[in-house]
Amino acid sequence: MSFATSSAGHAKAFITARVLTGARRFPVRVYVAAFFMAFFLIAAIEPKLLQTHDPLMLSLTSPLKAPSLTHWLGTDQSGRDLYSRIVAGTGHSLSIGLGATALSLALALILGVTAGLSGGWIDNVLSRLFDALFALPTLFLALLFVSLLGTSVPTLVIAVGLGTSPGYARMVRVQVLSVKATSYVEAARALGHSPRRILFKHILPNAISPLATMFTLGVGQAIIWASGLSFLGLGVAPPSSEWGALLNAGRNYVIYAWWLEVMPGIAIAALALSVTVVGQYVQQRLEGRIELP
Amino acid sequence: MNAAKMIGHQSLWLARRLLSGVIVVWAAATFTFFVQFLMPGERAQIIFNANSGNVGEIPRDQLLAINAKYGFDQPVIVQYGRYIRDVMHGDLGQSYVQYQPVTDLIGRQIGPTIALAFAAVLTAWIITITTTVLFAGRDNIWPKALGGLQVFLATLPPYWLATILLVVFAIQLRLFPVVGGNTLMGLVLPTIALALEIYGFLGQAVLSEFTRVLDQPFITSSRMRGTGDLGIRLRHALRHAALPGITLSGWIIGKLLSGAVLIEAVFGRQGLGGVLVAATSTRDVPVVSGVILVSAALFVATSLFVDLTVQLIDPRMKEA
Repeated sequence: MSFATSSAGHAKAFITARVLTGARRFPVRVYVAAFFMAFFLIAAIEPKLLQTHDPLMLSLTSPLKAPSLTHWLGTDQSGRDLYSRIVAGTGHSLSIGLGATALSLALALILGVTAGLSGGWIDNVLSRLFDALFALPTLFLALLFVSLLGTSVPTLVIAVGLGTSPGYARMVRVQVLSVKATSYVEAARALGHSPRRILFKHILPNAISPLATMFTLGVGQAIIWASGLSFLGLGVAPPSSEWGALLNAGRNYVIYAWWLEVMPGIAIAALALSVTVVGQYVQQRLEGRIELP
Repeated sequence: MNAAKMIGHQSLWLARRLLSGVIVVWAAATFTFFVQFLMPGERAQIIFNANSGNVGEIPRDQLLAINAKYGFDQPVIVQYGRYIRDVMHGDLGQSYVQYQPVTDLIGRQIGPTIALAFAAVLTAWIITITTTVLFAGRDNIWPKALGGLQVFLATLPPYWLATILLVVFAIQLRLFPVVGGNTLMGLVLPTIALALEIYGFLGQAVLSEFTRVLDQPFITSSRMRGTGDLGIRLRHALRHAALPGITLSGWIIGKLLSGAVLIEAVFGRQGLGGVLVAATSTRDVPVVSGVILVSAALFVATSLFVDLTVQLIDPRMKEA
């Protein structure tokens, strides 16, 4: 009895120690990144909590005001508070990024798994196609889809999703091939498991797990590409406060009001960077490498 | 291996590389051809709208006339055959919106973009080599700081970095023209912006290989024979570390072209960016497809050139 209590107490102390040291092992950059991610998540779900002004309220008396205590990031040409507009646009940018990445990875998964599993001429044809599409500039592929489907928010999601998927499809294919060659799959085959069972129990779970980090890293990239299209005037149109649209709207005023271009860019960069930092950290932990290269 | 066999090996290798290059362009052409059928509605509608300046429904007789003129009424397989034949002859078709061959449109504007891309990749290599040789593998904070900076630069949106440079150096400090045109001074800021983005990726690849190579036995034995640190870095480590960077070159072409288009928009520069953005917004599909095929050809040419260069640097690669 006393042994059991002491052992339980021991285990508890051990777990506490693990949690504490484990918590202390997070590098500072991960905390900073997590803080930004939390901020953007709140901004996306409940923007009113973070806004200082009504993002749509026009003010003819204070157009193009530099950043100050009242207007933290300044105001635009119609006197709207830029900080509140950026907060308002977070949900837009984030959902476009998430949607595009989900589409991109889903397509990559279907094609990559098909290529990796089937082998033979199907694999040959598909992997040649991935190679050829991967060789093309991502932005140009996205622009091709915009020119085919016309500018709109769904087009933006499709264009960025399809534009970024060849790279992921290649990775998925390689992943499937390497899992297929492992000894545990061979063992499962030797034990007489059906191909179906081997696919769903062994190959897919092991081939998909790296996709989790790819997804995190991909969201940052997708937001950058999507805002790039909006910045060119080929994505979300200016009345919206999607970040790329804010950048596009500010282009004409850059000489008098630098903050209109700089601040939305900081938001994009902060989101992309924090997602990348967290994604890379998780990736390193999964691979058992803690030190940055 | 005797000399004759070596030459045979070499030309076989070259033939295989050329063939795979042709396959890349062919696959890209096939993709751009079939993807255009995703477009909702009639292709003739876009041509009609651009011709007549109105946005109404295309009349039946006009539809038939345009379809006949552009060959849209032919079976898909015939259209595909024609398209591939034309592409092989260097003809990328007619613009739907501007009455000119796509090759003319691209040919007139590609110069400044290539100049920007070339200047940027050169600058990126110079920064990469300098920072790597100076800071890699040191026992202080520098290698880590450098790695962090590279991740940072690789993640930043390229058009935003360009905007910051524009605001700071052209608008606030007035060191460079705001709208540079195609002067040499106007090329400086766009080049730096694009180069820093490429450096983010290139630097990471070279830095990690350089650090790895510095721990190799042949470096230690070189040191023992009395070669100075700088000599080791420049003559031995750099040679090895450059390889992963060089093999990235094909992929960098894509990054360069994407980045150049965005950066041209920031600085209002002439170039492919203007053509591409205008074509996309007017839904001039042949122009967009044409630009894509040209970049596929650029990719193939660069990869081939790079593979030949790598063989000069590292003779082991001949076997591969």
